[in-house]
Amino acid sequence: MAILECKNLCLAYDGKMVLEGVNFSLQAGNYLCVVGENGSGKSTLIKGLLGLKAPDSGSILYGEGLKSTEIGYLPQQTQLQRDFPASVGEVVLSGCLNSLGGRLHYNAADKALARMNMERMGIEDLAKQSYQALSGGQQQRVLLARALCATKKMLLLDEPVTGLDPIATGEMYNLIKLVNLCDDITVIMVSHDIHEAVRYATHILHLGQRQLFFGTAAEYRESDLARRFLGGNRI
Amino acid sequence: MTEILHMLSYHFMQRALIVGVLVSLCAALLGVSLVLKRYSMIGDGLSHVGFGALAIASALHLAPLAVAVPVVVVTAVLLLRLSESSRVKGDAAIALISSSALAIGVISVSVTTGMNTEVSNYMFGSILSLSRSDAVLSVLLSVAVLVLFILFYPRLFAVTFDESFARATGTRAGSYNMLLAVLTAITVVLGMRMMGALLISSLIIFPALSAMRVCRSFRAVILCAAAISVLCFLIGAVASYFLETPTGASIVVANLLCFAGFSLAGMKN
Repeated sequence: MAILECKNLCLAYDGKMVLEGVNFSLQAGNYLCVVGENGSGKSTLIKGLLGLKAPDSGSILYGEGLKSTEIGYLPQQTQLQRDFPASVGEVVLSGCLNSLGGRLHYNAADKALARMNMERMGIEDLAKQSYQALSGGQQQRVLLARALCATKKMLLLDEPVTGLDPIATGEMYNLIKLVNLCDDITVIMVSHDIHEAVRYATHILHLGQRQLFFGTAAEYRESDLARRFLGGNRI
Repeated sequence: MTEILHMLSYHFMQRALIVGVLVSLCAALLGVSLVLKRYSMIGDGLSHVGFGALAIASALHLAPLAVAVPVVVVTAVLLLRLSESSRVKGDAAIALISSSALAIGVISVSVTTGMNTEVSNYMFGSILSLSRSDAVLSVLLSVAVLVLFILFYPRLFAVTFDESFARATGTRAGSYNMLLAVLTAITVVLGMRMMGALLISSLIIFPALSAMRVCRSFRAVILCAAAISVLCFLIGAVASYFLETPTGASIVVANLLCFAGFSLAGMKN
């Protein structure tokens, strides 16, 4: 059974269609990269998948017991967060928000989960450090650790390497792939960086206000669309 | 010491200190969230609306709080909606609403009573203007703010730090924003009677900014801002009593000195 299935999904703002005809399904452990130019509907699709925007028609179905609030989401960073006075520990722990349920405060299990995910991301030494003093790459690791606290099954990453230097970018891609392979967590990543997308992802979804392509990364490489999108260079 | 005891023997001073400490505490706690969410100007905008409402209430001989609290609460909700819908940009919306409210207030004052002490008190604040209902309302308000911060701390942190993540994990961020706006509105109305419409926003902004100069975690910023706010209020209030300076202005100067001190300490680190 698919962990995520979009059937004829259409999303609109104020009656204006932003994205239509989206049909794809993912199995647990897939690594999907969503590509497309600005305004192609990538951000709208994210809102739909997170349950923040209701489909105008069609449907989004989650399988294997996944709920939309149990997706580990890594949003794009805003300036507000970059200089927010918070410790790394506080930020990572806030990923356990969706397991609070009726409780008011985090318990020992939440704190243990936060610690484990910090170790997973290699940032356990930074727990007491100030988030705003970290480098861009470290901040993204913190946010990835937070996203992992929120999910056991699926990560949704919105442009996770924007603004990172090449070394930090490579490390981030490797960490994401590692989580995908070792923990069997399904990854959906929105990216501008098509070359890297094809290298790491198992599946590609190409949007341009509608679905232009969905298939495996290997199929995508052979497609005319990929050739055009990449400016004639084969990858 | 005996002079301080003498000061405390006045009923109006006791009441002023109770209201002042509680309002300062609330303003600082709410201020941390507002400053971090880039809503600092809401406090300023609301105080001008509060002035307009109080001026109209005084012109119509109505109870000031009964008019000002609902008007300012409604404005706060409206401002929040506006800044979320992003059709009119938030800062422009605040400027529009606050100057309009001030204008309406000034006109209603000039055609009725004229510039009397009561109106001047709304502008610059007076410790004598605090009534029994102010005291009761400030106790209720501080209970509400403390309950919000103690019980909902994890959710409040998440909504302040990253609203999109909080929404994605199923937190109703909108309700928390609304609650913050309503509590801020009540704090502003209560605080402006003591601080004055022109100075109340400093009570919300200064402690949070001072705390952020030196503290590096959210919890530390909140605790530090609350302590700074209460301390600066007490210093300002006592100084204004002995030096016969205006209360609101004295409290702002105390906050300013504190901010300067914390900035220096922050630079050294």
